[in-house]
Amino acid sequence: MVKITGAQAIVQSLSREKIKFVFGIPGGATLPLYDVFYDSNIRTILARHEQCAAHMADGFARASGRTGVCVATSGPGATNLVTGIATAYMDSSPVVAFTGQVPRKVIGKDAFQEADVIGITTPITKHHFQLKDVLEIPKTIKMAFHIASTGRPGPVLIDMPKDIQIESGDMKFPEKVEIRGYNPNYKPHPVQVKRAAQLLMNAKRPLIIAGGGVIISEATNELIKIAEFLMAPIAITLMGKGCVPEDHPLFLGMTGMHGTPDSNILVNEADVILAVGTRFSDRTTCKLECFCPEAKIIHIDIDTAEVGKNVKVFLPLIADAKIAIMQIYDALQKKSVKRKSQWFKRTKELGEYIMSQKSNNDGCINLVQLISELRRSLPLDSIITTEVGLNQMLAALYFKILKPRTFISSGGLGTMGFGFPAAIGAKVARQDVPVVDIAGDGSFLMTAQDLACSISEKIPVIVLIINNKMLGMVAQWQRLFYNRRYSATELKGIPDFVKFSQAFGAEGVRLESLKDLPKIIKRAIKSDVSTVIDVPISPEANVFPMVPAGAPLKDILWGEKNG
Amino acid sequence: MAEMHIISIIVEHKPGVLYEVSNMFRRRNFNIESITVGTAGQEDLARMTITVLGDESMIEQITKQLHKLVDVIKVARLDPSNSVIREMALIKVHVADSNVRSDVIQYASIFRGNIIDVSTDSLVIEITGDPEKINAFIELIQTFGIKEIARTGLTALQRGGKAFRA
Repeated sequence: MVKITGAQAIVQSLSREKIKFVFGIPGGATLPLYDVFYDSNIRTILARHEQCAAHMADGFARASGRTGVCVATSGPGATNLVTGIATAYMDSSPVVAFTGQVPRKVIGKDAFQEADVIGITTPITKHHFQLKDVLEIPKTIKMAFHIASTGRPGPVLIDMPKDIQIESGDMKFPEKVEIRGYNPNYKPHPVQVKRAAQLLMNAKRPLIIAGGGVIISEATNELIKIAEFLMAPIAITLMGKGCVPEDHPLFLGMTGMHGTPDSNILVNEADVILAVGTRFSDRTTCKLECFCPEAKIIHIDIDTAEVGKNVKVFLPLIADAKIAIMQIYDALQKKSVKRKSQWFKRTKELGEYIMSQKSNNDGCINLVQLISELRRSLPLDSIITTEVGLNQMLAALYFKILKPRTFISSGGLGTMGFGFPAAIGAKVARQDVPVVDIAGDGSFLMTAQDLACSISEKIPVIVLIINNKMLGMVAQWQRLFYNRRYSATELKGIPDFVKFSQAFGAEGVRLESLKDLPKIIKRAIKSDVSTVIDVPISPEANVFPMVPAGAPLKDILWGEKNG
Repeated sequence: MAEMHIISIIVEHKPGVLYEVSNMFRRRNFNIESITVGTAGQEDLARMTITVLGDESMIEQITKQLHKLVDVIKVARLDPSNSVIREMALIKVHVADSNVRSDVIQYASIFRGNIIDVSTDSLVIEITGDPEKINAFIELIQTFGIKEIARTGLTALQRGGKAFRA
């Protein structure tokens, strides 16, 4: 054993976790740590705001399935992480956040740049640690990564007093850790598996609602197998987007407030729902009392607390989604044969009817066509991130995703400004594919300063700004439900995004006509720097269909036109 | 229907765990009626006994959310009909004269309370029992004039030989 400093122990622990990138900004309380990074194999990516550093780590995690790491200094550095940590928490993303802290002996004395980051982040982290003993560092970091990445993943925070980073000790690096209060359950109860198979076998109108848990547990193939066996149509939640290829004949689209009519109507007609890795958020269920009145719900989730939290569940399976689906599938195969169902006929007819209802016309660039054109211009495995609002719902409804982990969006917290830094993080994880942030003008401006990060760190991404000079989604609600009283939603000071981006050294382009898009995208994919594409659209643009807040799922506003 | 429930948890005995537990209640809009904390036989473990007013689905959510906390090792719901439940109260009573003094001492002895402090115009009574007993005693001596009350909140264990530990 050799004596090393706390900071060296932290960096060695990170290397042992196979961490190659950390996103962050150094400061007074992380100087010792950054000094060790200087000679290490870990690349520090310098964000320009700690919120972005957290979103980058989150985007990295979602694109790769591996834990992302962000670092901030004490006080304001730590508090700036908060939005990013809360975003990762709501969407179950494995992130380990390191924060500097004032030296141990002045904690609680309101020292310079002191903030009670543990107190602040307790409700938005899966767990948290404050380093108290230098010898505990390797074990603590091992525990943090274990907790962040297993069970239902989530952010874990490690607060590092400055003096502990400097102190030396004989370190032992454990290979494994046991945490007596933490034992996620991966295997479903065999009796529940049998009962689930029985229910599904007897179902006349089975339907699957697939959430983010399917992506996390990598259960895509299993889900498709069971869906095809049951001929059960698949509705997804926003977080579930990408869990099944959207060109699959059983795919219905997203369900919920901005769900497709197909899925919103059929969810209500199903008699048995197999819900996998979804927490039935209010944006998915809409009016809770009217959600799936006919259906018996089988709920697979790794988090016990999600069962029965929002909807009444007929049959819970506390387990990893992949293992649970596989076991139910095996049980089904022993019991029955593949079915031909009237239900599938109904789903097809409904789909055709809905297609005939869609109409589009507008002088400006048509939004649905824009998204479709973007899809055609991009390779199939490109990663899409989104901001929040109109851009997000357009992307969710109309951008066809074919592979898991290629659609990254702030679903739970709904964080504007998420998409761009998340795109940078995703690009770091997947340097082989183009990464595109479908953005709005309001959202992009919230984290646009990190163009500097993307340029200086040579992480080129593409930003497509759907620019209506409005806070589009809020304006849509004002238009529909507040008598067109646009209170504070017109964004009059929006800069010229072409010049703005060029000032950072990025490519800035304005899309004048839809037919130019393939060319622009082609160039952007090849470019060494980020490309920002400004797409001016009508300030009156809406995204439909939608279900008004507080209404049941079936009360769909179709909208006269999209865009 | 809202009823009183008792939840007993074994937690890591270290700083911040009480904050974590109470913060979960606040954040999820649950309400703690009473909470007692003490060591649980092992140096690094503590037991928290939490009473909550709520319906069945709420108590189920609370126990699940408690279980999710990494520093919470075990969670159990105690069935009041099959548990021993105790609370202690210290009550300072004003005693105007020697008649009142002897009355208060008599009441205290009926309730198996102890007089633990005496001054010229007051007595401090220590009384232990289930909350109803303490309520009844307080009501009884209220007429004399209560100066101060300190109640511990209840603590509880399941009856019988089975042990609930980490």
